[in-house]
Amino acid sequence: MTLLTVNDLWVRFPTRQGIFAAVRGISFELGQERLGIVGESGSGKSMTGRSILQLIRKPGQVQAAEISFQGRNLLDLSEREMRSVRGNEISMVMQDPKFSLNPVMTIGAQLMEAYLQHNRDNRQSARKKCIEMLNAVSLRDPERVMNAYPHEMSGGMGQRIMIAMMLIPDPKILIADEPTSALDVSVQRQVLSIMDKLVRDRGMGLIFISHDLNLVAEFCDRVLIMYAGRIVESCLASKLHEAKHPYTRGLLNALPRLDNPRAHLEVLQRQDDWMHAPLEQTQ
Amino acid sequence: MTAINVQNLDVWFGSVSAVRSVSFSVAQGQSVGLVGESGSGKSTILRAITGLAPDWSGSIQALGQDLHGAARDRSFFKKVQMVFQDPYASLHPRHSVDQVLSEALHLQGMDAISKRTEKLLDDVGLGPRFRFRYPHQLSGGQRQRVAIARALAGEPEVLLLDEPTSALDVSVQAEILNLLTDLRADRGLTYIMVSHDLPVVAHMCDNLAVMQNGSVVEMMTADALRAHQAIEPYTRELLAAST
Amino acid sequence: MSEQTLKQWLLSDAPASRMQARVAGLYQGWLRLTSNWMTLTGLLILTALVLIAACAPLLAPHDPFDQDLLNRLKPIGFDDHYLGTDSLGRDILSRLIYGSRITLYIVALVTLIAPVVGLLVGTVAGYLGGWADQILMRTTDVFLAFPRLVLALAFVAALGPGIENAVLAISLTAWPPYARMARAETLTIRSSEFIAAIRLQGAGPLRIITRHIWPLCISSLIVRVTLDMAGIILAAAGLGFLGLGAQPPSPEWGAMISEGRRFILDHWWVATIPGLAIFTVSLAFNLLGDGLRDVLDPKDGGHG
Repeated sequence: MTLLTVNDLWVRFPTRQGIFAAVRGISFELGQERLGIVGESGSGKSMTGRSILQLIRKPGQVQAAEISFQGRNLLDLSEREMRSVRGNEISMVMQDPKFSLNPVMTIGAQLMEAYLQHNRDNRQSARKKCIEMLNAVSLRDPERVMNAYPHEMSGGMGQRIMIAMMLIPDPKILIADEPTSALDVSVQRQVLSIMDKLVRDRGMGLIFISHDLNLVAEFCDRVLIMYAGRIVESCLASKLHEAKHPYTRGLLNALPRLDNPRAHLEVLQRQDDWMHAPLEQTQ
Repeated sequence: MTAINVQNLDVWFGSVSAVRSVSFSVAQGQSVGLVGESGSGKSTILRAITGLAPDWSGSIQALGQDLHGAARDRSFFKKVQMVFQDPYASLHPRHSVDQVLSEALHLQGMDAISKRTEKLLDDVGLGPRFRFRYPHQLSGGQRQRVAIARALAGEPEVLLLDEPTSALDVSVQAEILNLLTDLRADRGLTYIMVSHDLPVVAHMCDNLAVMQNGSVVEMMTADALRAHQAIEPYTRELLAAST
Repeated sequence: MSEQTLKQWLLSDAPASRMQARVAGLYQGWLRLTSNWMTLTGLLILTALVLIAACAPLLAPHDPFDQDLLNRLKPIGFDDHYLGTDSLGRDILSRLIYGSRITLYIVALVTLIAPVVGLLVGTVAGYLGGWADQILMRTTDVFLAFPRLVLALAFVAALGPGIENAVLAISLTAWPPYARMARAETLTIRSSEFIAAIRLQGAGPLRIITRHIWPLCISSLIVRVTLDMAGIILAAAGLGFLGLGAQPPSPEWGAMISEGRRFILDHWWVATIPGLAIFTVSLAFNLLGDGLRDVLDPKDGGHG
């Protein structure tokens, strides 16, 4: 079942030197699957995620043939309707939990507020639901977490709380924009497997935006590789290491590897024709 | 000869102790990595060596010179330099590349500053085109090259690298790591590299120390790491997470 | 060099010389400044003020001190007194024009004293920390503890009335907020990596403060001073109004309002017109300050 269809999406920013297109006419579909979007900084991967929820700030412009979510074209919705989509049906987890949580409210109060916004319920059962959610993201001692303030949490705990909060309204799609880049490697995998499990149990669609090819290969079903605002390659995550496009190959080879010591790392030689290359299908 | 010798180093911030009795030594021309997660105290060691973390005890020797407290003299800064983690934060936003490099050269007492500025830019793979640009006109990788050029201004013998590539894209990381490899080969530099990324440290360093909660958990050679000869469970955990 | 290539030269991403880099930076700031019509309005008003002050003798239709008791308190448009005359029959327009010189004089003197003292105290306190910080900032607190106009009044009372003393008094009461601001900024800048990097090159505190911290503090200070300028003009006018600033017959705007106060019900223009002048100039400074904030914000253009 297709949850989201994006067709010919453009994101443009007017600058003094002319119009800069951050995303240039990309199309993809998302079903009940885990879709990874990989690319370097400036490849337009974050802009793609944000433009789905129309979170591109002025003066940026989003234009697309369609961005349809369950048969509704998100581009036709009013700002008010968009807000309810953002809260209830498509959620987003950002890179740094520190900036997403209100520092002067307890975590419990923020979770309950989010829950009560979407559900009619009394405070006691809301509290119980929130504690259940914290349990679901494997936080030890959720009672204590409920009464704690964000600064008392480590980065990994904060990100798990964010995931809990985003999942409260039971969205159909979760967009995770570099959810673990601010975390330590050992915590990264914990957080990702929790997110992964929740997404799979609930039959949600996940868009996982990251710069880390290995992480994406591990936690996604399908991967889109973006370069300069275009999708240069799309492949199954399990076959990422057999990717054909020279850009994908270059990214893979640029990583130092423990099992393959070299005096010099391979350096990506960027070619101009990647900018215009049509999508290579390797599915 | 020993380039850097650290014995029983304790560092604290206020009442929080960040590093606990760490000892290691780095021979001249060698490259040593400190690996650990955030809060393990790895960067704090570099800051103690350079005098940026003033409260420490134990002994630190740099190229035969005993260091005390936070005061370092010019001869220290001429021999030991540091490259910082975030190239977006380590360049003054209002100074052009030219200003950054010529000020460093001036402070290091160099002559023929204009000529040396061009030479430095050339050494780090930036052409003269970049000389009069401001940081906001440079990409992350280009900024880090400028930061490396600044560190090289006084022709140091030891470079302390504090996560020099963790803020960069993988393809740019590869370029910077290659540059660092070449510079070390050309100039016979000694590196102490701090990173959370085991493969990066293993790529750059001969020896590495794994740190956790302010102490060194395990010291081993990069080859031993590759051969999966890590003993400590924490090292194994890190290894599992990074492959 | 034709127009098009000059523009390209100025907007180039790869300047070829120190001079080009500097000029290009200024030009881009100028473009940003003038892209906002409100800022431009403020700038135009202030330019006009400077021109009027410079050409006062040419522009003023009468001598501002020339009394004509037969034609006192005449309304706007009477004879050739376009803005009427005051209680001694002096031409209000001419007094207004000459008064702009006094206003500019006050503005210039205060800008020379208050922000400079504030910057010095704030950055030194912030960078050195420890006891230097304690002494400097507690002194600042002492100054901050008094209401501004009251403290200025006390100074003027002690020093004697007069425009220079009024300016001195205003400056003495105006610097503490700048010191506070400069210190707060210095504390953030001090812990940044580029300061650590230059320290590792062996730079001393003097060089770090003057070459590395000042350039970053000055921009927000300029914005703040521009925004405060309205308040400073008002404070000077207030002192003038209370008879402690400029002394008669000097055509200072605040003093003019003070004089007109006595006739405000029957001859409203005598007090209103200098009031409007003060209002216009204050507004112009505020508009310019808002625009400068957009141009000079150091966070801008940082990541890109």
